[in-house]
Amino acid sequence: MEINMTLNRSNTPEQAPVSPVPGSVSYNKSEKVKVSALHKKFRELHVLKGVDITIGEGEVVCVIGPSGSGKSTLLRCLNKLEEATEGEIVIDGCRITDKKVDINKIRANIGMVFQSFNLFSHMTVKKNVMFAPTELKILTKPQAEARAMELLTRVGLADKADNYPHQLSGGQQQRVAIARALAMNPDIMLFDEPTSALDPEMVGEVLDVMKKLAADGMTMVVVTHEMGFAREVSDRVIFMDDGVIVEEGTPEELFGNPKSDRLQSFLAKVL
Amino acid sequence: MDFERVLQEATPLLLEGIKMTVLISVISIVLGILIGIFACLLGRSKIGILRFISNAYVWVIRGTPMIVQAFIVYFGMPQLVQMLINPSFRITAFSAGIITLSLNAGAYLSEIFRSGISAVSRGQIEAARSLGLSQGKTMLKVVLPQAVKIAIPSMVNQFIITVKDTSILSVIGLADIVNKAKVYVGSSYQFFATYILVAIYYLIVISILMVISRRIESKLNYEKERKA
Repeated sequence: MEINMTLNRSNTPEQAPVSPVPGSVSYNKSEKVKVSALHKKFRELHVLKGVDITIGEGEVVCVIGPSGSGKSTLLRCLNKLEEATEGEIVIDGCRITDKKVDINKIRANIGMVFQSFNLFSHMTVKKNVMFAPTELKILTKPQAEARAMELLTRVGLADKADNYPHQLSGGQQQRVAIARALAMNPDIMLFDEPTSALDPEMVGEVLDVMKKLAADGMTMVVVTHEMGFAREVSDRVIFMDDGVIVEEGTPEELFGNPKSDRLQSFLAKVL
Repeated sequence: MDFERVLQEATPLLLEGIKMTVLISVISIVLGILIGIFACLLGRSKIGILRFISNAYVWVIRGTPMIVQAFIVYFGMPQLVQMLINPSFRITAFSAGIITLSLNAGAYLSEIFRSGISAVSRGQIEAARSLGLSQGKTMLKVVLPQAVKIAIPSMVNQFIITVKDTSILSVIGLADIVNKAKVYVGSSYQFFATYILVAIYYLIVISILMVISRRIESKLNYEKERKA
């Protein structure tokens, strides 16, 4: 995958699967993410009611479903922004639901893009992208700067490098947010409704960046309402409702031949 | 009303007084910031008892008038210490003034810091954490720089209040500008001219404070660079 090639990993500590790391389990190399029997409760509210997913290396998975179905919660559990109440999540052979796991290390390897962009508002665009690699001492300042400019060029915003986030349009901010996540050279990218807060004419530019990323072989989990994108780009679509996975399969299967009533009525509403 | 006479006679006294006012303000503001940061951190602690201490402190200070606090520190506390620990314990008006003023400023500043921190959106924290930054680094590099910027106007407001509150300490005999003025009018009966002069001194000091803070504020104001 091209993105990861541009920066060799020799700067980072060797990521060989050394055995006695907290939370490490034996796993199938091609399985990037394995979620089993995941439950999440917010006090009384039972949001996830037993979710099982396996996501392979390089796979693009779109999660669709009505709001309140638990899609975002599921995504946020994958990098522990939400703590799972019950069940197991294994990422790259590391059981992140273990208490002892160094979550910061895991998170450095999982990029996340938010609905509300969440760019650091007190930093320029370039600083936003440079921030994590320099703070975590993965890259030196000049290296990080070069990397930032390269990523900003990729998302078509090199000319905005010295602007502040509020000077950018929503679509531009979201593209910077993608560049910022990529700066850490993640193996997996999580997208939490990345285009939901955008004006319609800006949705395309963000989706284009994501398409390129998918084509380059990035493992992606995308919570989205963009059915066109899900249909076109994803290898697999997961339909969630009421905290469970109701149906999953290829886009052709789900959009062409929805089996469950719930998916049928959902598609009838959104398509 | 003889302004010229008052200017001549009172100026040395008032200058001496305003020096004391500025000195005690600066010390109390610096201590108040430290106390405020500390109380704010305690208030955000995971340990319940620490949060309770912080809340109780803010509650007591905000819920009582500063003049009463000054009396307690200057007259009350020495009595207690003499009774319990050291019979020859004494406290100067200067120390008592600093204790009162900095505890006072600290309580209000801790609330200002707290609201500044909570005004930084949750998304900023999540973004930093999702990149792999620790909680401490996120606080230091993402939350605090934004919180400080949000809090600066309220902080400056509190500094101004602290400078003016020094005048209350004249009741415990602190030799500040109000105290000096009282002494002078006691013998000269030049009430109007003297107190007008005192007001002007305060205005000058506080104007300087405001100019400095404007400078700092505009330096931090990255949003001003609106071009794009």
